[in-house]
Amino acid sequence: MTPPSRLTPYLYVLPLVALLAFVFGYPLLRIFEFSFKMVRGIDGPWIGLRNYQLVLGQSLFWESVLHNLQLLLAIPVMVGISLIVSVLLSERVAGWKLYRIIVFVPFVLAIPIVAVVMKRMFQFSGPVNEMLRWMSLDFMALDWIGSSDVALWTVMILIIWRESALGIILFLARLLSLDESVIEAAKIDGANWWHRLWHIILPEMRGVIEFYVVVSVITMLAAVFSYIYIMGGGRGGPGTSTEVVELYIFNALIRSSLPGIASAASVMLFLVTGVLIFLLFRVRRRAEAT
Amino acid sequence: MRAALQPGNAVKQLVLLLAAVLALVPTIYMVVTALKSDEEYAIDKLGFPHAPVLENFRSVLVDSPFVYWMLNSAILVAGAVLLSTTISVLGAYAIATMPFRGRDTLLTVSTSLMAVPPVVMIVPLFVLYTRLNMVSTYSGAILIYAGLITPFSVYLLVTFFRTVPRELYEAAHIDGAGQFTILMKVVLPLSLPALVTLVVVNSLYVWNDLLIAIIFMQDDAKRTLMAGISVFSGRYNNQVPLTMAGMVIASAPMFILYVLFQKQFIRGLMSGAIK
Repeated sequence: MTPPSRLTPYLYVLPLVALLAFVFGYPLLRIFEFSFKMVRGIDGPWIGLRNYQLVLGQSLFWESVLHNLQLLLAIPVMVGISLIVSVLLSERVAGWKLYRIIVFVPFVLAIPIVAVVMKRMFQFSGPVNEMLRWMSLDFMALDWIGSSDVALWTVMILIIWRESALGIILFLARLLSLDESVIEAAKIDGANWWHRLWHIILPEMRGVIEFYVVVSVITMLAAVFSYIYIMGGGRGGPGTSTEVVELYIFNALIRSSLPGIASAASVMLFLVTGVLIFLLFRVRRRAEAT
Repeated sequence: MRAALQPGNAVKQLVLLLAAVLALVPTIYMVVTALKSDEEYAIDKLGFPHAPVLENFRSVLVDSPFVYWMLNSAILVAGAVLLSTTISVLGAYAIATMPFRGRDTLLTVSTSLMAVPPVVMIVPLFVLYTRLNMVSTYSGAILIYAGLITPFSVYLLVTFFRTVPRELYEAAHIDGAGQFTILMKVVLPLSLPALVTLVVVNSLYVWNDLLIAIIFMQDDAKRTLMAGISVFSGRYNNQVPLTMAGMVIASAPMFILYVLFQKQFIRGLMSGAIK
């Protein structure tokens, strides 16, 4: 038997600390340093706030930020869809297990695959418009992918389609853990469906809804690369109409080889998500307390 | 019985049916279109194929490196999941069962890293990898993926290990077993459901990722399936049925796994939904 040593726990967590330090710690410190330097290759001279001035002075950056903010509009729709579907599933209506398997599918399929498929579906001469024309809704048959006024909204449809599945999964997990006796008691008291939803179920779900909203805000601001990259043809197109901050960073780093610029944008994105993560923790603590 | 008699039942079925149809439409379109010839698709975009063809699948498998892309993705999934699980099991075991200084801080920091978007880490890692010639290497990408999935693994495992009754540890201790033996012989066999969940959720993450793949696996020979798809779909932009055949092949592995292991997937997704 190995004698219990005070060092033992540290040996167990050492690989963990090393891995996290490499993949998270090192880059998160370095983006701050790089953002004040003119990095050519692997390093470069200090140039103060020059990178930030360049980024903030570029209209493309602000356009990207605006697009990320516009994506936030998808969140209320996602919450609504997730709530309706998850509440119905949790009532265990006939066939609910099959429905559950099906509505989780969008979350199992890879984003790039779905994006490729959706892009073909929404082509001007594609099946979506064909269907709309068949239903005599010609005025709705837009150039979903090719028009710079519409393209971002089309991406948003895809995002809603997929991220709602996450909401359903989260909400259903919470709903199935609810104490059923409370709901049964309300039924016996004669409370109707809407009444039970509003006064008993929704208050219980407040925590998980808040959690989902904050996670989704982080997604919309900083984790939509896969959607945009495929739908926008790798360039945030047409034109710059679907450019987002992630793609801006990607372009600065890979296509223009300007790590300093990419770092300055990364720092700003990290600070914004940092605030949200702090919020997430507070929300989660509350969600766990209820 | 009361629930079955409620008037709203038909409406509930209708809403769920609509949701199910919407969830499946892209998959159905993808499969149906893949079975059409270019000519048939040009005339009929909505209907089922009159004379299903398998030519598109043959073309994809023979003329495109799909199989290699899948192999590359599989290597990254296997490497990253294995590495992350090993490291997380050790770390989470210590966090859950041993008192030591900095334990709570470590758990808090690790858990909050779960929400940090990967895009903010790529710049320094790419610069470093360029200098070390680690771009387009399996080990380099595996290391990054393993890191990205580890905070979630630690969170899930710590939560699980804490539910293992203390008496079990103490009984094993009295029998003279060392920490590592207890972990391997007592805790891990009990944790099988949690480990399956982890493998499912993490594999899905690595297999489906595009951002890291596109930046850190740039060589044609090292391309992952998702990065390959973005190239493939650009190249055959006008051949929709061919593109769809590619997407069917690309989604097949995860889809088959999902159908075969619904229970594990659903449990995994519901507990892993934080990701």
